[in-house]
Amino acid sequence: MLKSANMPNPLLPICISGLRLIRGDRAVLAGVNLTIDEPGITVLMGPNGAGKSLLLRSLHGLITPDQGRINLGSLTVADSRTEQAMVFQQPVLLRRTVLQNLAFAAPKTAKTDRQRLIQALESVNLLDRADQPARMLSGGEQQRLALVRALLGEPALLILDEATASLDPASVLLIESLVKTQNVQGTKIILVSHDQGQARRLADEIVFISNGQVAEQSPADRFFTEPRTPEAKAYLAGEIVV
Amino acid sequence: MDALSEAFRLIITLDEDLFEILWLSIRVSLSALTIAAVIGLPLGTYLAITRFPGRKFCILLLNVLMGMPPVVVGLMVYLLLSRAGPLGWMGLLYSPTAMIIAQAVLITPIIAALSNQVIESLHQEYSDTFYSMGVTGGRAVAAYLVDARYALTTCILAGFGRAIAEVGAVIIVGGNIDHLTRVMTTAIALETSKGNLTLALSLGAVLLALSLLVNALVIGVREYAQKRQYA
Repeated sequence: MLKSANMPNPLLPICISGLRLIRGDRAVLAGVNLTIDEPGITVLMGPNGAGKSLLLRSLHGLITPDQGRINLGSLTVADSRTEQAMVFQQPVLLRRTVLQNLAFAAPKTAKTDRQRLIQALESVNLLDRADQPARMLSGGEQQRLALVRALLGEPALLILDEATASLDPASVLLIESLVKTQNVQGTKIILVSHDQGQARRLADEIVFISNGQVAEQSPADRFFTEPRTPEAKAYLAGEIVV
Repeated sequence: MDALSEAFRLIITLDEDLFEILWLSIRVSLSALTIAAVIGLPLGTYLAITRFPGRKFCILLLNVLMGMPPVVVGLMVYLLLSRAGPLGWMGLLYSPTAMIIAQAVLITPIIAALSNQVIESLHQEYSDTFYSMGVTGGRAVAAYLVDARYALTTCILAGFGRAIAEVGAVIIVGGNIDHLTRVMTTAIALETSKGNLTLALSLGAVLLALSLLVNALVIGVREYAQKRQYA
């Protein structure tokens, strides 16, 4: 677990080499080679079906690729499992109260500190909902709870798979603010987003995925002003490139 | 009409014979239910969250056993407990214990199969999140059982409903002995065949009321869970 912003992130650099994933007769990840060594926020962009989510799921260990290697610092995906957290597009909350959802996720190594859970709920404006059934929250509130739950373990790497898709603007901004704060505190953030505005607000680096491969990897400001590949140009112009 | 009013009188005057039969019925069915739940819930959960060769066959077998005719279960338990059977030395035949065993055998597959469906659906929903949170093994099983508590309660109530209304198995292994193994269903069958409709109708009314209560509980539990998004 990450203890301080000054400590080097143990999961960097992230090195992905020759990653292939076959579904049916199609290579949905067709030999992905990617190195992420900057501690900032990396945003994966690309058209639907390009393989962004599959890449993140492979990185998190939810999918075992058919070929290729992933190393996070000196660790394998399996070894880095407790150092990672992932927030999904559809938050899955337990059939319990908001506070019980957090208590379930709190690391069992430390004595579960109710005060810490209260502070966590406060940080996402959910303190007044602490004793309500979690699944009765709105979509934005559920995602905020899922995010703060993921952060309880102080992960060195936080992966967000379109976590703010179809949320209200206030929830999006709150989640973005939490993500940025977490990054400043030393957590590496990798997220998938189709929202160019969000990518501009958050990203230090853009990885553009197309047809199961990395088409482009650039600093965010350069990607938006001078995309190098025709696919990225077409994507930013709103044209379909699949 | 006379039989009906007499049946009503037996119920409201708390007739001793009637309530002896009623108490034995409830005692036998609740005991069988406890055994079936203790075996069926972990079995259903285990089959839902583990993967091993033959797992699908086990689930198929549970589903087949769910529909097993009670008289067949009664016959099997009879053969097991009869003097010449492998457990004949225990002398359990024609006792409430034999009836508990028969009912437990009958409803364990029901509880296991229904809980398997409930937990499997929850497992599909939770598995990625649990993986991400590092929740595995016993902690995951406990979480599934807690989160499926309302759905599992309805599975258990369904098992109780089947047990209390069952006649074929308990009459074979219990023998319908007065003051010893006579339960509501076997008493109704006997009294009807004797033409004593008063007691049969009283017991039928109580059995219907119990069935109504169990079904009302199932609906109540389900509605409570849905209202709180716990279903």
